[in-house]
Amino acid sequence: MADADRIPGFATLSIHAGAKPDPTTGARATPIYQTTSFVFDDVEHAASLFGLQAFGNIYTRIGNPTCAVLEERVAALEGGTAGLAVASGHAAQVIVMHALMMPGDEFVASKKLYGGSINQFNHSYKNFGWNVVWADPDDISTFEKAITPKTKCIFIESIANPGGIVTDIEAIGNIARKAGVPLIVDNTLATPYLCKPIDYGADVVVHSLTKFLGGHGNSIGGLIVDAGSFNWSRDKKYPMLCEPRPEYSGMVLHETFGNFAFAIACRVLGLRDLGPALSPFNAFLILTGIETLPLRMQRHCDNALAVAEWLSKRPEIAWVSYPGLPGNKYNTLAAKYAPKGAGAVFTFGLKGGYDAGVKLVSNVKLFSHLANIGDTRSLIIHPASTTHKQLSDAQKVQAGAGPDVVRLSIGLEDKEDIIADLEEALTA
Amino acid sequence: MNHDSYPDSYIRGILNTVKTVAMVGFSPKENRPSYFAFKYLLERGYRVIPVNPGQAGKEVLGQKIYAKLSDIPDPIDMVDVFRGSEHVLPIVQEALTLQPKPQVIWMQLTVRNDEAARLAEEAGMKVVMNRCPKIEYGRLSTEISWIGVNSRTLSSKRAQMYGKGVQRMSLGPKEETKDKN
Repeated sequence: MADADRIPGFATLSIHAGAKPDPTTGARATPIYQTTSFVFDDVEHAASLFGLQAFGNIYTRIGNPTCAVLEERVAALEGGTAGLAVASGHAAQVIVMHALMMPGDEFVASKKLYGGSINQFNHSYKNFGWNVVWADPDDISTFEKAITPKTKCIFIESIANPGGIVTDIEAIGNIARKAGVPLIVDNTLATPYLCKPIDYGADVVVHSLTKFLGGHGNSIGGLIVDAGSFNWSRDKKYPMLCEPRPEYSGMVLHETFGNFAFAIACRVLGLRDLGPALSPFNAFLILTGIETLPLRMQRHCDNALAVAEWLSKRPEIAWVSYPGLPGNKYNTLAAKYAPKGAGAVFTFGLKGGYDAGVKLVSNVKLFSHLANIGDTRSLIIHPASTTHKQLSDAQKVQAGAGPDVVRLSIGLEDKEDIIADLEEALTA
Repeated sequence: MNHDSYPDSYIRGILNTVKTVAMVGFSPKENRPSYFAFKYLLERGYRVIPVNPGQAGKEVLGQKIYAKLSDIPDPIDMVDVFRGSEHVLPIVQEALTLQPKPQVIWMQLTVRNDEAARLAEEAGMKVVMNRCPKIEYGRLSTEISWIGVNSRTLSSKRAQMYGKGVQRMSLGPKEETKDKN
């Protein structure tokens, strides 16, 4: 047993974690279990499954073997204890907050977030009585000041969309620990290939699998990873985890499931009752994408750096916000948190302002003008008129999505072709 | 033994060897973790003997409850402790008086008593602390992967079915799973 304590490398986990050959057929690729339900062995087995006394499959809204491979895969890549796959990144956030928040509770969130998250926090959550308090990742003390006795968690993105902002995860993690609340990190733009937030104090990691993890622009999905690090019972602040649950005849999830109780709470209280389950077919496509994550992510980053360097020398460009560039405000944080590359999504400003942005997105031929990121294909968007349109002008600027801003998601094409397309469109 | 991190081979070896488990601190309430573990291990073919002085003489799932370890008439391979860490030492001391002596002292999730562990190890027993045998069985048999838990195992071999129904897996032969924790 010389290898007993050896932890496999990232590329090996990307291919193998969670995916043993199918026990009934021997199928080596993960089968798509496209079924709503699973037969019980007998009445007693059914009772055990419903009572969470046995591990197994009941109904695809609660769990599915194809989705389960995806859950274990991403949990292994992030270094967590368990995962839960859901229908989208947005669903992942709702399920996480549902496990933590009661009406009237607060959470502190970085104001540099994906515009869709800002909308979800500012508006949809109001109906649940979950109140967001914004803090500025460029001034860490604002997080500490935002903490109140009602605070239940802190939410940040590792690399923030759209503007190439790298968040100081460790510093904010220390504030969360001091406050006795979990740190939730959206790791969508970095992926665990570039950054593992759990190593820096994240208690929960959330993903939009739709982006680089799936990586091929073909499936929406989300995932929650439980780091297993937070003591849900210590301060009796999280009744979903530390109090007897009426849904399960008085079971206390934290004492029953230990260091993966949060993932179980998200599954059996959140996903079961709110319902945003992932399709097994989407899980299969995303799993196939993850097998090549380390290869793709490195190429995404290498291409992005080449494009950012080229843009930064162009006369039409006012500024380029890519943390991989020397002299960028976030270059030091990028070197610490994402040393293999600063991701492949970044923004730049056109000297010609709003009109030049519209002209550019209209003139490109290789770049696709659409609202996604993290595709094999290079993508371009003008956030002010699309993803961040619903924010106020002040919020747009705050989120790095002012009128002159163009966002790129650099794909896996030849970098010479990506640059040639931009050059042609800029000079047209 | 380093009690912060156990090799999978150590845990698998214990679960593949023991047959009779005495469960000290057993609760007959169906929503308690000890009842979960009790029922699960019974289903996986272990003989599990519940120990609880307040419930002695009653039967649960066909198993008679005993007041204390020394009341159990049959040999015990493993003592599984569902009591607070501060209560473990006298339980180990009592286990050491049994003939034959149990091979394993297992302390449940959140239960850890290094003094009791040292005493048991000096007497040649194997010790596991702050783990649940149900979770470890589920992890090493791959069943736990169905609920998204990181089993921390990789294998290009099929997991072995337990042979009773389709949703039960067994630990299988020892070389099936490559350890990686």
